[in-house]
Amino acid sequence: MSKLRVLIVDDSSVMRKIVERSLRQAGLDIGEVLEASNGAEALAEVSKSKFDLILSDINMPAMDGLEFLRGLAGVESARGVPVVMITTEGSEARVVEALSVGAKGYIRKPFTPEQVKERVAPLLGGGQ
Amino acid sequence: MESTSQIDAHWKGILECAAIEVFAMMASTELRAMAEQPDHPGGEQTAMVGLAGALCGMITIRCKPETAVKLATQMLGEDARSNPSMVGDALGELCNMVAGNFKSKITGLADHCMLSVPTVIWGEDYVMQTVQPNSGLQFALACDGLPVWFALVTHG
Repeated sequence: MSKLRVLIVDDSSVMRKIVERSLRQAGLDIGEVLEASNGAEALAEVSKSKFDLILSDINMPAMDGLEFLRGLAGVESARGVPVVMITTEGSEARVVEALSVGAKGYIRKPFTPEQVKERVAPLLGGGQ
Repeated sequence: MESTSQIDAHWKGILECAAIEVFAMMASTELRAMAEQPDHPGGEQTAMVGLAGALCGMITIRCKPETAVKLATQMLGEDARSNPSMVGDALGELCNMVAGNFKSKITGLADHCMLSVPTVIWGEDYVMQTVQPNSGLQFALACDGLPVWFALVTHG
Protein backbone atom coordinates (compact mmCIF):
# COMPACT_ATOMS: atom_id res chain seq x y z
CA MET A 1 0.00 0.00 0.00
CA SER A 2 1.30 3.47 -0.84
CA LYS A 3 2.08 5.94 1.90
CA LEU A 4 -0.69 8.13 3.20
CA ARG A 5 -1.12 11.58 1.71
CA VAL A 6 -2.27 13.93 4.45
CA LEU A 7 -3.66 17.47 4.63
CA ILE A 8 -3.23 19.35 7.91
CA VAL A 9 -5.38 22.47 8.39
CA ASP A 10 -4.55 24.86 11.22
CA ASP A 11 -3.89 28.59 11.44
CA SER A 12 -0.87 27.90 13.65
CA SER A 13 2.23 26.81 11.73
CA VAL A 14 3.62 25.37 14.96
CA MET A 15 0.54 23.24 15.48
CA ARG A 16 0.69 21.98 11.89
CA LYS A 17 4.26 20.83 12.53
CA ILE A 18 3.31 19.24 15.85
CA VAL A 19 0.46 17.31 14.23
CA GLU A 20 2.70 16.07 11.41
CA ARG A 21 5.39 15.07 13.91
CA SER A 22 2.82 13.22 16.01
CA LEU A 23 1.51 11.33 12.97
CA ARG A 24 5.03 10.20 12.12
CA GLN A 25 5.93 9.39 15.75
CA ALA A 26 2.73 7.34 15.98
CA GLY A 27 4.15 4.97 13.40
CA LEU A 28 1.54 5.65 10.74
CA ASP A 29 2.80 5.22 7.18
CA ILE A 30 2.83 8.91 6.35
CA GLY A 31 4.03 10.11 2.97
CA GLU A 32 3.46 13.59 1.61
CA VAL A 33 1.94 16.10 4.04
CA LEU A 34 0.42 19.33 2.76
CA GLU A 35 -0.61 22.24 4.95
CA ALA A 36 -3.35 24.85 4.85
CA SER A 37 -3.83 27.72 7.28
CA ASN A 38 -7.63 27.95 7.03
CA GLY A 39 -10.65 26.23 5.56
CA ALA A 40 -10.59 28.18 2.31
CA GLU A 41 -6.99 27.18 1.58
CA ALA A 42 -7.84 23.60 2.50
CA LEU A 43 -10.81 23.49 0.11
CA ALA A 44 -8.52 24.73 -2.66
CA GLU A 45 -6.07 21.90 -1.89
CA VAL A 46 -8.69 19.13 -1.86
CA SER A 47 -10.12 20.44 -5.12
CA LYS A 48 -6.72 20.02 -6.75
CA SER A 49 -5.75 16.56 -5.53
CA LYS A 50 -6.77 13.51 -3.51
CA PHE A 51 -5.86 12.94 0.15
CA ASP A 52 -6.08 9.85 2.34
CA LEU A 53 -6.59 11.78 5.57
CA ILE A 54 -7.43 15.32 6.63
CA LEU A 55 -6.80 16.73 10.11
CA SER A 56 -8.34 20.12 10.79
CA ASP A 57 -8.49 22.65 13.59
CA ILE A 58 -11.98 23.93 14.40
CA ASN A 59 -11.25 27.54 15.31
CA MET A 60 -9.55 29.35 12.44
CA PRO A 61 -9.87 32.77 10.83
CA ALA A 62 -11.21 33.29 7.29
CA MET A 63 -13.01 29.93 7.18
CA ASP A 64 -13.27 27.78 10.29
CA GLY A 65 -13.26 24.00 10.49
CA LEU A 66 -17.04 23.67 10.49
CA GLU A 67 -17.44 25.76 7.34
CA PHE A 68 -14.65 23.74 5.79
CA LEU A 69 -16.51 20.52 6.54
CA ARG A 70 -19.68 21.88 4.94
CA GLY A 71 -17.74 22.99 1.88
CA LEU A 72 -16.01 19.63 1.67
CA ALA A 73 -19.34 17.89 1.14
CA GLY A 74 -19.52 19.43 -2.30
CA VAL A 75 -16.04 18.33 -3.41
CA GLU A 76 -16.15 15.09 -5.41
CA SER A 77 -12.48 14.20 -4.82
CA ALA A 78 -13.02 14.41 -1.05
CA ARG A 79 -15.74 11.77 -0.92
CA GLY A 80 -14.87 9.14 1.66
CA VAL A 81 -11.77 10.92 2.90
CA PRO A 82 -11.79 10.79 6.71
CA VAL A 83 -11.61 14.16 8.43
CA VAL A 84 -10.49 14.33 12.05
CA MET A 85 -10.96 17.58 13.96
CA ILE A 86 -8.34 18.90 16.38
CA THR A 87 -9.32 21.44 18.97
CA THR A 88 -8.12 23.15 22.09
CA GLU A 89 -11.53 24.36 23.06
CA GLY A 90 -13.42 22.11 25.41
CA SER A 91 -16.68 22.93 23.69
CA GLU A 92 -18.79 19.81 23.34
CA ALA A 93 -21.25 21.68 21.12
CA ARG A 94 -18.59 22.48 18.50
CA VAL A 95 -17.36 18.89 18.48
CA VAL A 96 -20.90 17.50 18.15
CA GLU A 97 -21.59 19.93 15.32
CA ALA A 98 -18.39 18.88 13.55
CA LEU A 99 -19.35 15.22 13.80
CA SER A 100 -22.83 16.01 12.49
CA VAL A 101 -21.47 17.69 9.37
CA GLY A 102 -19.05 14.99 8.36
CA ALA A 103 -16.07 14.73 10.69
CA LYS A 104 -15.18 11.12 11.47
CA GLY A 105 -13.54 11.84 14.79
CA TYR A 106 -11.80 14.40 16.92
CA ILE A 107 -8.62 14.85 18.92
CA ARG A 108 -8.52 17.25 21.83
CA LYS A 109 -5.29 19.09 22.62
CA PRO A 110 -3.13 18.20 24.45
CA PHE A 111 -2.53 14.86 22.81
CA THR A 112 0.17 12.21 22.54
CA PRO A 113 1.22 10.41 19.34
CA GLU A 114 -0.40 7.29 20.78
CA GLN A 115 -3.71 9.08 21.15
CA VAL A 116 -3.45 10.36 17.59
CA LYS A 117 -2.91 6.80 16.39
CA GLU A 118 -5.88 5.53 18.42
CA ARG A 119 -8.18 8.07 16.81
CA VAL A 120 -6.80 8.00 13.27
CA ALA A 121 -5.74 4.41 12.55
CA PRO A 122 -9.26 2.89 12.65
CA LEU A 123 -10.34 5.34 9.95
CA LEU A 124 -7.63 4.28 7.52
CA GLY A 125 -7.66 1.29 5.22
CA GLY A 126 -4.82 -1.19 4.87
CA GLY A 127 -4.32 -2.11 8.51
CA GLN A 128 -2.47 1.03 9.62
CA MET B 1 -23.00 30.59 32.93
CA GLU B 2 -22.61 34.00 34.59
CA SER B 3 -19.40 35.93 34.24
CA THR B 4 -17.02 35.74 37.18
CA SER B 5 -13.86 37.56 38.11
CA GLN B 6 -13.26 35.85 41.44
CA ILE B 7 -10.59 33.20 41.51
CA ASP B 8 -11.80 29.97 43.03
CA ALA B 9 -9.62 28.38 45.69
CA HIS B 10 -9.21 25.27 43.54
CA TRP B 11 -8.04 27.02 40.40
CA LYS B 12 -4.36 27.07 41.31
CA GLY B 13 -4.35 23.29 41.53
CA ILE B 14 -6.35 23.01 38.33
CA LEU B 15 -3.95 25.32 36.48
CA GLU B 16 -0.98 23.32 37.81
CA CYS B 17 -2.59 20.10 36.65
CA ALA B 18 -3.41 21.59 33.23
CA ALA B 19 0.17 22.80 32.79
CA ILE B 20 1.75 19.51 33.87
CA GLU B 21 -0.47 17.57 31.44
CA VAL B 22 0.22 19.85 28.48
CA PHE B 23 3.99 19.95 29.01
CA ALA B 24 4.14 16.16 29.43
CA MET B 25 1.97 15.34 26.42
CA MET B 26 3.04 18.01 23.94
CA ALA B 27 6.65 18.66 24.95
CA SER B 28 7.61 15.37 26.64
CA THR B 29 8.72 17.47 29.59
CA GLU B 30 8.08 16.79 33.23
CA LEU B 31 7.24 19.80 35.36
CA ARG B 32 7.93 19.35 39.07
CA ALA B 33 7.06 21.27 42.18
CA MET B 34 9.85 23.65 43.21
CA ALA B 35 11.38 23.08 46.63
CA GLU B 36 11.14 26.83 47.16
CA GLN B 37 9.23 29.38 45.09
CA PRO B 38 11.51 32.13 43.70
CA ASP B 39 10.77 35.60 45.05
CA HIS B 40 9.78 37.21 41.77
CA PRO B 41 8.65 35.97 38.38
CA GLY B 42 11.49 36.14 35.89
CA GLY B 43 12.55 35.02 32.45
CA GLU B 44 12.94 36.77 29.14
CA GLN B 45 10.20 34.90 27.29
CA THR B 46 6.53 35.38 28.08
CA ALA B 47 3.53 33.93 26.28
CA MET B 48 0.03 35.13 27.04
CA VAL B 49 -3.48 34.09 26.06
CA GLY B 50 -6.56 36.17 26.79
CA LEU B 51 -9.79 34.81 28.25
CA ALA B 52 -13.15 36.35 27.40
CA GLY B 53 -16.71 35.45 28.29
CA ALA B 54 -17.68 33.69 31.50
CA LEU B 55 -14.14 34.29 32.73
CA CYS B 56 -12.22 37.38 31.57
CA GLY B 57 -8.53 37.74 32.05
CA MET B 58 -5.26 36.28 30.95
CA ILE B 59 -3.07 33.24 31.40
CA THR B 60 0.67 33.66 30.99
CA ILE B 61 3.72 31.43 30.90
CA ARG B 62 7.14 32.94 31.54
CA CYS B 63 10.54 31.27 31.40
CA LYS B 64 14.19 31.70 30.50
CA PRO B 65 15.25 31.44 26.84
CA GLU B 66 17.10 28.15 27.41
CA THR B 67 13.91 26.62 28.76
CA ALA B 68 11.89 27.97 25.84
CA VAL B 69 14.41 26.51 23.38
CA LYS B 70 14.33 23.15 25.12
CA LEU B 71 10.53 23.07 24.99
CA ALA B 72 10.48 24.09 21.32
CA THR B 73 12.97 21.41 20.29
CA GLN B 74 10.96 18.82 22.17
CA MET B 75 7.83 19.92 20.31
CA LEU B 76 9.22 20.66 16.85
CA GLY B 77 12.61 19.00 16.56
CA GLU B 78 16.14 20.35 16.38
CA ASP B 79 15.25 22.89 13.66
CA ALA B 80 13.72 25.04 16.38
CA ARG B 81 17.06 25.47 18.16
CA SER B 82 18.30 28.00 15.60
CA ASN B 83 14.93 29.59 14.88
CA PRO B 84 13.82 32.15 17.49
CA SER B 85 10.46 32.59 15.79
CA MET B 86 9.68 28.88 16.19
CA VAL B 87 10.72 29.07 19.84
CA GLY B 88 8.30 31.93 20.51
CA ASP B 89 5.49 30.28 18.57
CA ALA B 90 5.98 27.01 20.46
CA LEU B 91 5.73 28.79 23.82
CA GLY B 92 2.61 30.56 22.58
CA GLU B 93 1.02 27.27 21.58
CA LEU B 94 1.87 25.76 24.95
CA CYS B 95 0.18 28.72 26.64
CA ASN B 96 -2.85 28.31 24.39
CA MET B 97 -3.13 24.62 25.26
CA VAL B 98 -2.63 25.22 28.99
CA ALA B 99 -5.42 27.82 28.89
CA GLY B 100 -7.68 25.49 26.92
CA ASN B 101 -6.95 22.56 29.20
CA PHE B 102 -7.52 24.74 32.27
CA LYS B 103 -10.95 25.94 31.20
CA SER B 104 -12.01 22.49 30.03
CA LYS B 105 -11.46 21.24 33.59
CA ILE B 106 -13.84 23.78 35.10
CA THR B 107 -17.51 22.89 34.88
CA GLY B 108 -19.43 25.29 32.67
CA LEU B 109 -16.38 27.26 31.53
CA ALA B 110 -15.43 25.27 28.45
CA ASP B 111 -18.44 26.36 26.42
CA HIS B 112 -18.62 29.90 27.75
CA CYS B 113 -15.06 31.18 27.73
CA MET B 114 -13.16 31.99 24.55
CA LEU B 115 -9.40 32.13 24.10
CA SER B 116 -7.45 34.73 22.17
CA VAL B 117 -4.60 33.83 19.88
CA PRO B 118 -1.31 33.76 21.82
CA THR B 119 0.97 36.77 22.13
CA VAL B 120 4.68 36.35 22.89
CA ILE B 121 6.89 38.96 24.55
CA TRP B 122 10.67 38.90 24.32
CA GLY B 123 12.54 40.66 27.10
CA GLU B 124 12.38 40.93 30.86
CA ASP B 125 12.09 44.63 31.55
CA TYR B 126 8.35 45.17 31.30
CA VAL B 127 5.31 45.64 33.48
CA MET B 128 2.00 44.14 32.43
CA GLN B 129 -1.14 46.08 33.30
CA THR B 130 -4.62 44.78 32.56
CA VAL B 131 -7.81 46.79 32.55
CA GLN B 132 -9.67 46.46 35.85
CA PRO B 133 -7.44 43.83 37.38
CA ASN B 134 -9.43 41.96 39.95
CA SER B 135 -7.44 39.08 41.28
CA GLY B 136 -4.73 36.73 40.27
CA LEU B 137 -2.54 33.81 41.14
CA GLN B 138 0.92 32.79 40.09
CA PHE B 139 3.33 29.98 40.77
CA ALA B 140 6.47 28.43 39.39
CA LEU B 141 7.08 24.82 38.46
CA ALA B 142 10.52 23.43 37.73
CA CYS B 143 11.58 22.35 34.26
CA ASP B 144 15.03 20.74 34.50
CA GLY B 145 15.58 22.75 37.65
CA LEU B 146 14.70 26.12 36.09
CA PRO B 147 11.47 27.91 36.98
CA VAL B 148 8.58 28.18 34.57
CA TRP B 149 6.07 30.74 35.82
CA PHE B 150 2.35 30.36 35.29
CA ALA B 151 -0.08 33.17 36.08
CA LEU B 152 -3.80 33.75 35.88
CA VAL B 153 -5.14 37.29 36.12
CA THR B 154 -8.87 37.91 36.06
CA HIS B 155 -10.84 41.09 35.67
CA GLY B 156 -14.52 41.86 35.72
